[in-house]
This record gives sequence, structure tokens and C-alpha cells, in this order.
Amino acid sequence: MPLMGWNKKHSGTGSRAWPVLAAGLVTCLPISSPTLAADDADTAGERLFSQCTTCHEIGEGARHKIGPHLDGIIGRLAGSMDGFRYSMAMREAGESGLVWDRDTLDTYLQKPSDFITGNRMSFRGMSDQRDRATLIEWMSTMSLNVPGSLVEEGDAKASGPARGFADIVLAMEGDADYGAYLAGECVTCHQASGHADGIPSIVGLPRAYFITALFEYKTNIRTNEVMKLRVANLENEEIAALAAYFSGLEPQ
Amino acid sequence: MTGITRRQFGILGGATASALVMPAYARAQDKPKVVVVGGGAGGATAARYIAKDSDGAIDVTLIDDSGQFTTCFFSNLYLGGFRDFASITHSYDKLQSDYGITKVTGRAIEIDRDAKTVRMADGVTVPYDRLVLSPGIDLIWDSVPGYSEEAAKIAPHAWKAGQQTRLLKEKLDAIGNGQQVVMVAPPNPYRCPPAPYERASMMAHLFKAKGVDAKIIILDPKEKFSKQALFSEGWENHYPGMIEWYGPTVHGGIESVDVDAGTVETGIDTFHGDLLNIIPAQKAGMIAAKAGLTDDSGFCPVEADSMRSTVDDAIFVIGDASIAGAMPKSGFAANSQAKVAAMTVRGELTATKVFPARYSNSCWSLIEVDDAVKVGAQYVPQDGQIVSTHSFISQTDEDPALRKATYEESLGWYKGITADMFG
Repeated sequence: MPLMGWNKKHSGTGSRAWPVLAAGLVTCLPISSPTLAADDADTAGERLFSQCTTCHEIGEGARHKIGPHLDGIIGRLAGSMDGFRYSMAMREAGESGLVWDRDTLDTYLQKPSDFITGNRMSFRGMSDQRDRATLIEWMSTMSLNVPGSLVEEGDAKASGPARGFADIVLAMEGDADYGAYLAGECVTCHQASGHADGIPSIVGLPRAYFITALFEYKTNIRTNEVMKLRVANLENEEIAALAAYFSGLEPQ
Repeated sequence: MTGITRRQFGILGGATASALVMPAYARAQDKPKVVVVGGGAGGATAARYIAKDSDGAIDVTLIDDSGQFTTCFFSNLYLGGFRDFASITHSYDKLQSDYGITKVTGRAIEIDRDAKTVRMADGVTVPYDRLVLSPGIDLIWDSVPGYSEEAAKIAPHAWKAGQQTRLLKEKLDAIGNGQQVVMVAPPNPYRCPPAPYERASMMAHLFKAKGVDAKIIILDPKEKFSKQALFSEGWENHYPGMIEWYGPTVHGGIESVDVDAGTVETGIDTFHGDLLNIIPAQKAGMIAAKAGLTDDSGFCPVEADSMRSTVDDAIFVIGDASIAGAMPKSGFAANSQAKVAAMTVRGELTATKVFPARYSNSCWSLIEVDDAVKVGAQYVPQDGQIVSTHSFISQTDEDPALRKATYEESLGWYKGITADMFG
């Protein structure tokens, strides 16, 4: 049972990564303000989805094809459908807590191979943000099976896919003192003065950017190995603390 | 002090907790005293962080017998001609002017643990409430029979940066066509695991760049070494036929060296070098052993969550002299350990907040122009040991653009860590 599995696994430390990623992304993506009439949006969404139909079905009676069916995709744990053979990368993404919502789908569809390295979906990506928003909106309308049980069964912090997490993390007040201590690990390479010689400055980075960037390392969107290591043991609380500390500094 | 270097513990720890419970000795007229012995990646960092984070509440004295510090890291790049000597040499001036640290230039020779004093070679004693010991390594000269401090003037080890590094550079620059360098690599554990092999790369680079037809033989007491696949690949790509590495199954064991004859005797053969670079086995700096802080390994056991000596509560041992579980002996590791020790010391002397220990390491090695590799890990204290939780190493056959970026990253790291050490 995928849902039970997700709830169980969610108590592990790795599962915290995805929710905050979504939170960070929320702040840096333009909020879509659909200007098309509903009918036009439907048509546009369907047209965009035609790129997906070789592999995916959606709506009532949808079945797995080359790719898993997409009914109920919004709110679904990645790599969790029974009866479909996912790539190891996709299963691992799900095991570490990735839930498909508007934000994670948006990032994924932009360039699937970057968001989840090693996943098998052979789609190069959709670069236009408005197209992605239209497609995701259409998919959510077409999707009949809404897995609301995720929200009910998980604990409040862990479930409510994107929005709930965003609220929690953005509302999180980072402990700047703790951040100052943790920053010791950063300033071995990133100069505390804000000077940059071969390694970028992180002094004064806005919180949202800072948090997003760290989660992009956690999720392999950013690939620098040293940074991936440094973020590996950072919990949400610690990322919030670091963001609070560095955002409060002025370059010298 | 500048705004950025001043930690605002006052917001929470200072204004509430510590003002109420500040111990008597933390008041201005009678500040607690911290003495740091050794002014390298461990010691300089510890001194700076204790001074910076206590905001003047702790009296910090840094003892090193050198007036300025030459980093061991990047000294291979000096040998290869990538850096000049001045660029790897740093002053303690800012630690004194910006952080109020007292720098004592002289040799600390003995610790009186009962009296809590450090005795200097000139007889002066320096009292401490907490001692941070970061003495680095001492060489076990006779681990290579025939080698000695005297012999090192002919066959430099250059494993402590400074005069030895310059001597090796002079001798390398004098190598001509048809000549050969023989390096004896050290057994584990030793300072900076990839360094002998980066050094061989830098020697080969120097010869190749000058068009000198010379060879480098590495005689190793180990069967395998750090980043071996990466170095082997790099040597094959950049320096075909120039570097030969022999492990003990090939050379049959390193038996002795004769620096005047320029020979290294092994179990199966005699190797002749126009230049010998002998890197002997290593142990914690002498002062640590003399104070009874070392165990049978020659290094100092410490508590995994603080770097506090398991022998003496008032002493912290960091860097190459410590036994830091899975962490290698490196400048990066020493810098990381220094921050944990500094936090613990600051916490207990000023009754301010302390946080869980975290440790990290990364080591970059340059193989040839724009071809650098790296290795790294994250560590946490667990069941009394420092254990690795995550690690990575560069891959063979990487994109040249990535290798170049790795080199540029190493330059950035050098700037970063030296700023972190010296202000």
C-alpha cells in the first residue's frame, strides 16, 4: 500500500527535503494569473498534453502505459503507484518524500532529467512557464481521483503537499545564533567578508533564494559535490537558521 | 572588530542567560584565559573563533614559534610553480589588531597540567583556564633508517611548510635531463593523505613545462593510496612514463636511505635519486606526547563531540595531532575541528549557548593545469566516535570543464580558509 508506505517512511530524516524545496520555489516562481477563458485553457491544456499521450493516460479509467497513469497525480507521492515499474531514481525520490503538486510538477516538467537524475521519462522539458502552468492546471482538472487521504493520514507537518509545507517553512523563524555557528562550515570556503574569488559570495543572500538553493543541492538540481555534502545533514531548522544568519549580513 | 565578525550572542544568550549566570571569572577584571598552542589551520582558527565569538570576554593567547605562517596546503602548488612563496605565507597581524589576540612568537615546550601553565623555551610560563593544542605533526625520523633531521638538509621531507619547502623547490629546479627524483611516501596515518601524489604530479608538471626529461619514482610503504585511480589516470594522461609508483609487493619493503649516496635500499633493489624526498612516518607534535596526552598510536584521543582530550578536561586537541575517528589529517579538517572546540570552550567559559558538533572535510588536489580532483565527507559524533555520514570523490574520465571548475573552486577555498584562519 503506497500511502501507508509513505506515511511510515516519512518519519525518516530524508523526507524533509521535498516539502521545503516546494516552499522555496513558491516564492520565486511567478504566480500564474490565467488570462485565458476557461474553454480556451481547456483546449490549450489538452493540446499541451498531446505531447504526453504516447506514454500517459489521465482521467476516468486511465491505465499505465509506457508511463504511469496520471489520474490523481496532484498530491500523489512520487514513484508510488502499484503495478508500475518505476526507475530506482523515481522510487527513491518518493521514499525521500517527494509529493507531486503544482510546484514540484512545474520544476520537474521544466527539465525532468535535472530534477530527478536517472529517472526514465524521456521528455526533454517544457521551457515556457505559462505552458507548464496551463498543462498542470488542465491535468488537475482532468484528474478525477484526488488522493485527499494523504492529508488526512499523514501528520499535519508532513502532509498537505506544497502549501502546507510552504506555510510551515516560510513561517519558520530561523535561529540566527545557531545559524552563526553553523555558518562556520560555510565560511571555510565562502568568505565571511562577502568577497568572492572562485567561490560565490553568500553574504546577504535573500532568505528565499538561500533556502531554495540549498534544497536544489539536496535534490541534485544543483550538482556541486562539495555543496551536496554540506547540505546532506541539514534539517529544515538548520537551513532556516543559516538563511536567517546570512540574509542578515552585509558584505564588507 | 567589524560587525560581521562579531557574533550577536547578546540577543539571546548574552542578554538573558549569561548576564544572570555569568561566572565570576568571566567578569572583565578577571577574564578567563585560553591559550592556543600552534598557529596553523587548527590553532589560528580556534584562537580567532574564541576571540570573535566571546566578543572580548575571553583572553586569548596564540603561541607559535613562527612569526608568520606558511600553509602546507598549496605548498605543492608552490613546488609546481603555480604559486609563489609569499602567496602561501600569512601574517598573524589581523588576529592581534582586529581580534585582540595576544600572539607569542616562541617555542612552547612543556605543559604543566596540574598548574595549568605552558612553559616556553625561554623559561616563561603562560597560564591557562583552557588549553587548545594544535601542534600538528612531528616526524619519526628513524622510521626510514638512515634518515634524520640532519639528513633532511640534503634530502628534504618538506612535510612541514617553510624552509624545507623552499629547499625542496630549489633542488627540484636544479633537476636536469636524464635525472631522477625518488620520493619515499609515508605510512598511514599521516598529514594530508593525497599530498604525496599531488606533489609527484607537481614535480612532473614542473619538468614537463620546462622540457626537462626527468623521472619521479615513488616508493610507497602502502599497497594503495588516496585518490589512486584519479592520480593514476592523470599521470597516464599528462605525464606518460614520467611517474612510477611502487607498492611494497613490488619493492619488497623500504629498508634504509643513504642521503649522501642518494640511494634508497628496498627489499629487492637499490633506487638511485639525484634528489631524494623522504617523507617519514608521523606522530603528534612532541609537546602533546610530553604532556601524556597521546596513546600508543602516537596521537591524542579526544571526545568526539567536543575535541576535548580524553586525558585532561581542560585541554582540547585539534588537527593532525588528534585521533579524529574517520576524519583525515588535513587543514580543512583541523579548521572544522577548531570551530567545535572553540564553541565548547566559549560555551563553558562564558556560559553561552553551545550547539551540536558538526565536522566536515574536503581536499582538492591539482594534477596538471586546470585538472583538479576532490574528495570530501561530512562527519558527526556517534557513540563516542567521529563517523562519516556522507562522502564523495571525483570520478575518473570527468569532463575537462568540471576539472577546471574544481581547480577554480580550490583557489576559492584557499582564499576562504586562510581568511577564516587569519581574519
